[in-house]
Amino acid sequence: MATAPIIDPSKVLNLPQPLPLDSGRELEGVRIAYESYGTLNAARDNAIFVAHALTGDHHLASPHPKTGKPGWWVRMVGPGKPIDTNRFFVVCANVLGSCMGTTGPASIAPDGKPWGMRFPVITVRDMVRAHVALLDALGIEQLHAVVGGSMGGMQALSLAANFATRARAVLVIASTARHSAQNIAFHEVGRQAIMADPAWREGDYYSHGKGPEKGLSVARMAAHITYLSEAGLTEKFGRRLQDRAEKTFGFDADFQVESYLRYQGLSFTDRFDANAYLYITRAMDYFDLAEEHGGLLANAFAGSKARFCLVSFDTDWLYPTAESRNVAHALTAAGLPVSFVELSAPFGHDSFLLDVPALDRVVAGFLGEAQ
Amino acid sequence: MALRPDLAVIADNVASGAKVLDVGCGDGALLAALRDRRGCDARGMEIDAANVAECVARGLSVIQGDADKDLAFYPEASVDYAILSQTLQTTMRPDLVLEQLLRIGRRAFVSFPNFAHWKVRTSLLWTGRMPVTRLLPVAWYETPNIHHATVNDFRDMVRERGIKVEQAWFLRGDRRCSPAAASFRAEHAVFLLSR
Repeated sequence: MATAPIIDPSKVLNLPQPLPLDSGRELEGVRIAYESYGTLNAARDNAIFVAHALTGDHHLASPHPKTGKPGWWVRMVGPGKPIDTNRFFVVCANVLGSCMGTTGPASIAPDGKPWGMRFPVITVRDMVRAHVALLDALGIEQLHAVVGGSMGGMQALSLAANFATRARAVLVIASTARHSAQNIAFHEVGRQAIMADPAWREGDYYSHGKGPEKGLSVARMAAHITYLSEAGLTEKFGRRLQDRAEKTFGFDADFQVESYLRYQGLSFTDRFDANAYLYITRAMDYFDLAEEHGGLLANAFAGSKARFCLVSFDTDWLYPTAESRNVAHALTAAGLPVSFVELSAPFGHDSFLLDVPALDRVVAGFLGEAQ
Repeated sequence: MALRPDLAVIADNVASGAKVLDVGCGDGALLAALRDRRGCDARGMEIDAANVAECVARGLSVIQGDADKDLAFYPEASVDYAILSQTLQTTMRPDLVLEQLLRIGRRAFVSFPNFAHWKVRTSLLWTGRMPVTRLLPVAWYETPNIHHATVNDFRDMVRERGIKVEQAWFLRGDRRCSPAAASFRAEHAVFLLSR
């Protein structure tokens, strides 16, 4: 499946104008796939935009129309949930560069062939530009809030910094204002795994029926480890063996953790395009909000009047608490109302998607507060 | 819900609509009262994550942080009042924290338990043991209060540092006592300070 963009019957916006990019290039014919829940009120001021993470999609709170899998944040978004669709009009869009419906490297270029590596390198700010174009099309001048975890948090921060008037509140979960050397290092391992796979063919694999599935699978395995905690892995798998009583003295998946990672890697290749993975990880590595604003993070928010809330998790070593605290201090220095809390949860970086009741209370409280 | 007596004094004496930073804001009771009753722009700092989560769930802007380390990030004179209630005695360096409060706030409210209250004195005098009282309910080995101070100690410190006492309130339970009797009779002191 890693050979074509996944097209589903979700809502689509075809941008009439070219999208300007940080690289200096422009992208014509951009298609944005999105979903919405709830009702936009007459004043058009009850909208919440949720930004998804690296491999996410816009099926936030409803089953994916093709796979039938439940939305990725159903525990947080819905009627009576912390992001309450009885009260808010909730929008989620697939990011630029992805393969879940919005234009990316697997999409068809103007010459009728897939973009592949001819697709321009994009940034988190470019993703946000596409989101803003969608908000314009939906007639939403100012969001009640922009919300995101992980790469979604980067988009939320980028929107607050670059389009300061577009959101009254900004909620950033398990995220960072810049990719660290360690973050870049893990991504580079994944990219090299993809590009070392002969089936990658310099990104031009779409006509060959089969993409770099081995490479993409290894990339996902390495990344998946960073989403979990050491304690979580130990609790879930320990050193237990997979369907066998003894070690085989071979290189089969003897250990449960090996089997689990192999499954995670393989199933990922069914749903994600390898080139999209290259482009999106690159965008994340380029992300440094302070650098975009003269080197001082507080300056990034100089034009903002929004309320902010940052949440980190004590077992998240991908975007550790220090990163969120750093943003909180910058916002404090900028004089903005900001909340910051480190929650305790055993699941590592993935905690933002899992059952953490304290997170539900924080999200509901922060979003429910009338401006 | 009734506020703790020292918080009630502070809430009654903060100007309406003022910008306020409550350092060590606990579950946000004072912040919520200042926001709801006085229309204040009320923000907080609190070291305990569960308390911070509670504050955010109440719609308050509160940062998880440590008064000893994290006050340096606040700009100068960025609030009308910096508040430190029942927190001074838990900090590593009360003197430096006080300087930070008066850098960030144009004025500062500071409240603390008076360690020279007569019950404390008699406990030390007659039993030779660190007191466990209503205001100091925890044994010496597990108390978060690592810098006990008396009303007179505090008066000395602010005088030495050239800090102006604009007003002071001395409490026993929810009743007041005079400045002259405070050293002996006050369980609690609240000072309004400025430079």
